[in-house]
Amino acid sequence: MTVQTRDIIKNNPKYQRLVRSRNRFAWSLSIVMLLAYYTFIMTIAFKPEVLAISLSDGSVISVGIPVGIAMILFSFLLTGLYVYRANNTYDLMLEEIKAELADKGALDE
Amino acid sequence: MSKPFIILFLFICGALASGTIKGDIERRALNIPAVVMFFIFVSGTLMITYWAAKRTKTASDFYTAGGGITGFQNGMAIAGDYMSAASFLGISGLVYLAGYDGLIYSIGFLVGWPIILFLISERLRNLGKYTFADVASFRLKQEPIRVLSAFGAIATVLLYLIAQMVGSGKLIELLFGLPYAYAVILVGVLMILYVTFGGMLATTWVQIIKAVLLLSGATFMAFAVLYHVDFSFEKLFSSAVEMHDRGIEIMSPGGLVSDPVSAISLGIALMFGTAGLPHILMRFFTVSDAKEARKSVFFATGFIGYFYILTFIIGFGAIVLVFKNPEYLDVAKQSVSGGFPIIGGKNMAAVHLSHALGGDLFLGFISAVAFATILAVVSGLTLAGASAISHDLYANVVEKGVCDQAKEMRVSKIATVALGIIAIMLGIAFVVGLAFAIAASSNFSVLFLSMFWSKLTTRGAVVGGILGLSTAILLVILGPIVWVNILGNAEAIFPYKYPALFSVTVAFIAIYFISITDRSARAKQDRDAFEAQDIRSQTGIGAKGPSSH
Repeated sequence: MTVQTRDIIKNNPKYQRLVRSRNRFAWSLSIVMLLAYYTFIMTIAFKPEVLAISLSDGSVISVGIPVGIAMILFSFLLTGLYVYRANNTYDLMLEEIKAELADKGALDE
Repeated sequence: MSKPFIILFLFICGALASGTIKGDIERRALNIPAVVMFFIFVSGTLMITYWAAKRTKTASDFYTAGGGITGFQNGMAIAGDYMSAASFLGISGLVYLAGYDGLIYSIGFLVGWPIILFLISERLRNLGKYTFADVASFRLKQEPIRVLSAFGAIATVLLYLIAQMVGSGKLIELLFGLPYAYAVILVGVLMILYVTFGGMLATTWVQIIKAVLLLSGATFMAFAVLYHVDFSFEKLFSSAVEMHDRGIEIMSPGGLVSDPVSAISLGIALMFGTAGLPHILMRFFTVSDAKEARKSVFFATGFIGYFYILTFIIGFGAIVLVFKNPEYLDVAKQSVSGGFPIIGGKNMAAVHLSHALGGDLFLGFISAVAFATILAVVSGLTLAGASAISHDLYANVVEKGVCDQAKEMRVSKIATVALGIIAIMLGIAFVVGLAFAIAASSNFSVLFLSMFWSKLTTRGAVVGGILGLSTAILLVILGPIVWVNILGNAEAIFPYKYPALFSVTVAFIAIYFISITDRSARAKQDRDAFEAQDIRSQTGIGAKGPSSH
């Protein structure tokens, strides 16, 4: 990548918007995932009895089971959310930026 | 070229298999369906290898299947890499033994994936070519970073490989009655054939086929378990609690994670270790662009999560159907230790369950799948290790990046054979935990900061990476697993089983301080190149697309 191309892309407002928006989204989702996981694992380390509570009177199923399964489903849903947004928003923004750059001849390397 | 090999190989397989019938009858009668299904798998995958060999001409074909794998296929292959025999038999065995704790473990293995998707996968595809060292050395000085990454990769691959080989030897010994050494050699030779002839294309397809087989086998098993309890989870869990000698304790967190330091440390190793496993990272270069890389992780996360839910049901099913079943009881062991030990130990719980559910035929299927799983995972690992040697060390360091493809591929094939032989010879007990800790401390920290931190310099990455790597190795040696269990000392010098919290911290702090105090000319060059790298990582502009076939 030449210095000119770099600066053209860097100063493109659409590129700046894409990067800002996508980074914010990706980092927020990462933090949500980390928070969920560490809440779970810290509960196990400090208050395991919470997860041992029976789901309903007379049931042997503990709260921990649906919570654990929910962790797995939650991880998958988060990835789905990211892919949905990336496919429908970020990819389009990127295509626009690339088309604009191609018009200016900035992609010819 | 491959045809005579295949014929020769089938002959060897036949000779090895027939030789066992006489030897170990008292251990387990030879399971004919298992052998037949295994033969079908081996011949099928060797045919794929033959097909792939004809399509593997360039280095790009060899390392990344020409970048022509789709997101869905790659997601399946990634899931296949992750769903090793160790995780199938190990996690269902852990559920069988400790109940809920098994679920905690699998959640730890899963939660790294969303983070890889959000932060790593697209950047990785946009920046890299064949190995993760391509990314880490994108703007830093080639030689030292490549050498460091290659060592991190080889260390991770070898540890992982040895753990798989040991497991496979024991498993095959038990399932097929094949002597341990033969089993390890058989796995080693098959894996060398897949990788040297078929490269990434064959390795990926072997992995996809195995993932389909494993997922369908596990689905059928979980379904049969649920059928047995009339599709009532209440009944499944209450019968398990009744059967298990730990009773209601299996429904809640037990001893797996007891203190917060271990909890955090294990979490870090599992989460970041995944993003530093060379054979997994390499899969991101087999797809055409960032979009497909993203889809791969989505599918992989889905398959892996589904698989872990299945293993949880399978583990509980095994408690109900295997725990006190006299057919699977290890009588000799029971007379010594009491309790209800099963033949082959807890890791065989899923295998015995398959027999309890579907007789010899289903046992045969699950055994063949377990063997196929080991083969596929060791192939992926070996390819990643061989690429670190041929692409990073040989082509980019020894030959300074000017090396013709044919030569590079030849080195890669020699490296594959060498790694295969080392893995066969080192069939000794080892720990996968160490592989994850090294992956998190050295590979992940350097890779991550090279993509996200503009002030990272070559010197910082090299010194910090080496410190992270050596801290991880040292702490594992001084920790309870090696110091107490293997070396036989009374008390561990380092009290925690999982060193990642400390070794990753050491790596990050060292990289930070050495990079910010680095005033060399190279450091300026490293920092100045960040913007261009970042633009490429965000947009894919300048990244290589798939090669046409």
